[in-house]
Amino acid sequence: MMGVQGEVAAGFEPVLAPLIIGLPLAGAVVLLIFGKRIGRLSGVLACGTIGLAAVAGLLNFIALLGAPEESRSTTQHLFDFISVGRFQTGVDLLLDPLSLVMVMVVTGVGTLIHVYSIGYMHGDPRYPRFFAYLNLFASFMLLLVLADNLLLLYVGWEGVGLCSYLLIGFWFDRPSAAAAAKKAFLVNRIGDFAFLIGMFVLFGAIGSLTIGQINEAAGALSAGVATTAALLLFAGATGKSAQIPLYVWLPDAMEGPTPVSALIHAATMVTAGVYMVARFSPVFEASGGTALTVVGVIGAATALWAALMACTEYDIKRVLAYSTISQLGYMFLALGVGAYSIAVFHLVTHAFFKGLLFLGAGAVMHALDGNTDMRHMGGLRRPMPIVGYTFMAGWLAITGVIPFAGFWSKDAILAAAWVEGNYVLWGVGVFTTLLTAFYMSRLYLRVFEGPLRTPEGTHAHDAPLTMAIALVPLGVLSVAGGVINLPGLLTLEHFLEPVVGESLAPEGALAFILSGIALVVAVAGIMLARSIYMASGAEARRARFVRPMAPLVNGARHKFYVDEIYGRLIVLPGKRFALFCADVLDRRGIDGIVNGTATLIGRTSQGLRHIQTGYVRNYAATFLLGVVAVFSFLILRVVAG
Amino acid sequence: MPEFTPPQVQLAGVAPEITLLVSALILLIVDTLIGERPNRWFLPVMATAGLVLAGAFAASTWGDNELQLSGAIALDGFASFVKISLAVFGLLTVWVGRDYLVRDALEDSEFYALVLLAVAGMMLMAAAADLIIMFLALETFSIALYVLVAFKSGSLTSQESAMKYFLLGAFSSAFFLLGIALTYGAVGSTALYGGRDPVSEPGIASFLSTSPTANTGLLVLATGFLIIGLGFKIAAVPFHAWTPDAYQGAPSPITGFMAAGTKFAAFAAILRLFDATLFSLRAEWRPLVIAIAVATMIIGSVLAVVQDDIKRLLAYSSIAHAGFILTAVIAANDRGVSGALFYLATYGLAVLGAFAVVSVVSGQDEARVRLAGYKGLFFDHPALAVALTLFLLSLAGVPVTAGFFGKLVVFGAAVQASYSWVVAIGVITSAIAAFFYLKIMVRMYLEESEGESSPLPIGRLAAGVIAITAVATIGFGVVPGPLLRAAEDATMFFQPAPETGQAPLGG
Repeated sequence: MMGVQGEVAAGFEPVLAPLIIGLPLAGAVVLLIFGKRIGRLSGVLACGTIGLAAVAGLLNFIALLGAPEESRSTTQHLFDFISVGRFQTGVDLLLDPLSLVMVMVVTGVGTLIHVYSIGYMHGDPRYPRFFAYLNLFASFMLLLVLADNLLLLYVGWEGVGLCSYLLIGFWFDRPSAAAAAKKAFLVNRIGDFAFLIGMFVLFGAIGSLTIGQINEAAGALSAGVATTAALLLFAGATGKSAQIPLYVWLPDAMEGPTPVSALIHAATMVTAGVYMVARFSPVFEASGGTALTVVGVIGAATALWAALMACTEYDIKRVLAYSTISQLGYMFLALGVGAYSIAVFHLVTHAFFKGLLFLGAGAVMHALDGNTDMRHMGGLRRPMPIVGYTFMAGWLAITGVIPFAGFWSKDAILAAAWVEGNYVLWGVGVFTTLLTAFYMSRLYLRVFEGPLRTPEGTHAHDAPLTMAIALVPLGVLSVAGGVINLPGLLTLEHFLEPVVGESLAPEGALAFILSGIALVVAVAGIMLARSIYMASGAEARRARFVRPMAPLVNGARHKFYVDEIYGRLIVLPGKRFALFCADVLDRRGIDGIVNGTATLIGRTSQGLRHIQTGYVRNYAATFLLGVVAVFSFLILRVVAG
Repeated sequence: MPEFTPPQVQLAGVAPEITLLVSALILLIVDTLIGERPNRWFLPVMATAGLVLAGAFAASTWGDNELQLSGAIALDGFASFVKISLAVFGLLTVWVGRDYLVRDALEDSEFYALVLLAVAGMMLMAAAADLIIMFLALETFSIALYVLVAFKSGSLTSQESAMKYFLLGAFSSAFFLLGIALTYGAVGSTALYGGRDPVSEPGIASFLSTSPTANTGLLVLATGFLIIGLGFKIAAVPFHAWTPDAYQGAPSPITGFMAAGTKFAAFAAILRLFDATLFSLRAEWRPLVIAIAVATMIIGSVLAVVQDDIKRLLAYSSIAHAGFILTAVIAANDRGVSGALFYLATYGLAVLGAFAVVSVVSGQDEARVRLAGYKGLFFDHPALAVALTLFLLSLAGVPVTAGFFGKLVVFGAAVQASYSWVVAIGVITSAIAAFFYLKIMVRMYLEESEGESSPLPIGRLAAGVIAITAVATIGFGVVPGPLLRAAEDATMFFQPAPETGQAPLGG
């Protein structure tokens, strides 16, 4: 890292901003090299670096709040990255309200999850390595949100993908984990490729990769170019943020250690797509409606689709994974109706309650020897009260019960859809609220309420201290996190307004009616789950309830055969094509050429080698030949000239 | 009666060289006075002090742009850049050398003194603004190197290599001298630049700017001999035959020093001579240099493929690199000069690092230099293997290492000067070269070591040098900006003009 305090353009004065990325990166490097020697202290070290990064982030946040509104955006030039001809790209950090909100989420939730991991990963033989990857992930994620240009953002984008791969496959000796990691990586590659092309399109049209310049010039783009670029970027987002059609990797990603699921696959990395769309909102706006409509429709469809599958899943982590996909769908729905700041609001509250739910699920698994099947669980709130009550907070937050955090953000999304006149999206959103309330209540009630049930041979115990330390603050934030953007105050929206503009909100009675509908639907979902899972006679009612929907339930249970369809349509032909390329084109064609060339060079080399006899007289003779050649060439030239 | 005016003595231009000469002498005297000691730690310390001081002197004149000592020495950014780099190379050589000498029980004050003298000669080469000074500088560092190559007193190969190197070196010096004589015949002076008045203060540059082209015939012939003399030092084909033998026989730290330092010094002279002084004659020398560059790239890369001794392999690789750098000389533009400087600096670091690893791995009396000795190195000594991988990747020009940007700027300069076809050959030969670098990596990572793994004593100094060069190789690969800019700022006293414009006058 060059000078800690590089050149600063207009705006407020950043405080040690490079350290936000630098500290976790340094932690990762140190742990990768000396991890074995550091041993048990690795966890503490990793927590220290991310914790200090959080402090640095907070200092910048305070500095930004202290600045007048018009100078709340600063770029800090660290060093030149690539300068080839006219193409200049530096390593520049962009500090503005949007990036710093993301920094606070990543470092804040990140620190809690790091601390939790000390307890969760205790006794793992590759304990230092885990924290090295976790630190590395944090630094890439922070690079992604702080990058001032698309290229640097892309470095972070690929970096978090790499860390996700490494961490999903952390227990790579389990074949399912290795396969899940590979799947996540490959599916993401498809999105990343589109993202890369989108980047090229923008560079081709605008001639710059700097975020500020792209957003400034976006208004002047033709609708066709803007739509192409926006859709390509969004395709990248569907990969990273697990939206239709590229969501299939996220449920499988649950093979990774649970803190990873909480940090990467719930709170931070999967929201990178949401951040990116919000960041490039002028490009999406410039397409004249097409791109945003696609974003909104895909978001709503994903929200519904994933919620359906969550209703039939028995694995607690996979339920949460589908729920994450569904909630990300809500965020894209918000983006699609132009409510960028509300999407970020939901991103923040979701990071609180979904991080919490995953950590709670992890605590349950930790207590039950890694069991994740909810059919073998029940009544766990009594033996593990801390986990039980915090999980309850997360459950009420995600179902959207007033006044928990999720209520405010989800309500704002639905209201924005209504005000924008997108009644279909609103309807899908409301129906998904019902499903969300249903599947989350099903999960919560089965695991934590009712008579105590644990898998054979296990004994439930409450979370150890390090894990509880992470659960409690997240529980509090899930309860009260909505205060950052209460209706009427709209603190977060006003804060983000200079970056992403205003979001629409209903006024007067309409606001209360819409909120009321959402709340009633959520409560209905909870009651439905209670009646068919908890109350007396639930078994019989469940059978009656399920029978008319048998095909749907069956379909959802098999994930609507999407994996199989992808397998048939894409993976199998892809494999055949790859085999063809490998066997026919590569081995016989290209390898033939390469091997032929190599043989040719090898033979030539062997032949030429004989010149190198080791006798000085021969060397001198070669030398002299060279002299004669040079001399005759020049003589001829001089005489002729 | 004309008043006697004593010649102006300005020493700023040669302060680094003087410092090194004095340090070398002090080192020898101190060693004699102190006498035999089991641990002569003060020798490397004194050599380090001398090199640091010399480097500091060179850095202090950064930005100056003038001729000194009656026009014999150029004091300019170009010379400063080269001198600072050479001081660093010298330091790394002294440190690796110390561990090597102690291990093989060869330590003597002469080693350090000779390295200091060689660095002094190389530095003078970069600053020489007169062909005679250039020749003296060339001989100074060459003679020091002849002795250093033979420094393994018990080893026959070492003696033999030194003998070959010496004989062929003398042979090439004769041609270089002939070139100087012809130049004098044509210009009436051996000064590169000359004064404002071409009659009273003759010099090559002023001669070229005033004489009609018809009169340059003799100078063109001289150019050919100068190319031969310097081509020998950079190991360009067909004057390269000494390289593999000398590299193989020399102590590994010295081999690294030769690859990094000799090449830098000789290329500094070539750049100053051809891309600046003889710039307006470029139509005459360019075809010749192109032919040499192409032959050098091809022969170096192709012959490296079959080598099974790592030092010989790196020798051929250094031949190929000379060819790559020559493409920048062909370009004869600003980017070529700064690109070549960047390339030589980063190549030097990578090759010094590689030979530091070789010194360590080859063990007592350099018994383990076959490629087979590198089998499974990663499993026995992961840090060494990773470091060597890094150096090889940089030599191959893989991105995120300094070597990538080196190739990029050098080839970019040649493309800018419309010599894309030469670059095409450069790229193809780079691909061939990548093959034998990968061959070493395959040995280290994918094959099992033969026999039991013997513990390798890794000295602290050698480990430090490997770490420094590795960090620099990655560092300049990720953040090439500062070094690139320094190379761009290293303007020459007599700057080549852009391809389209007129050559500016010296003075």
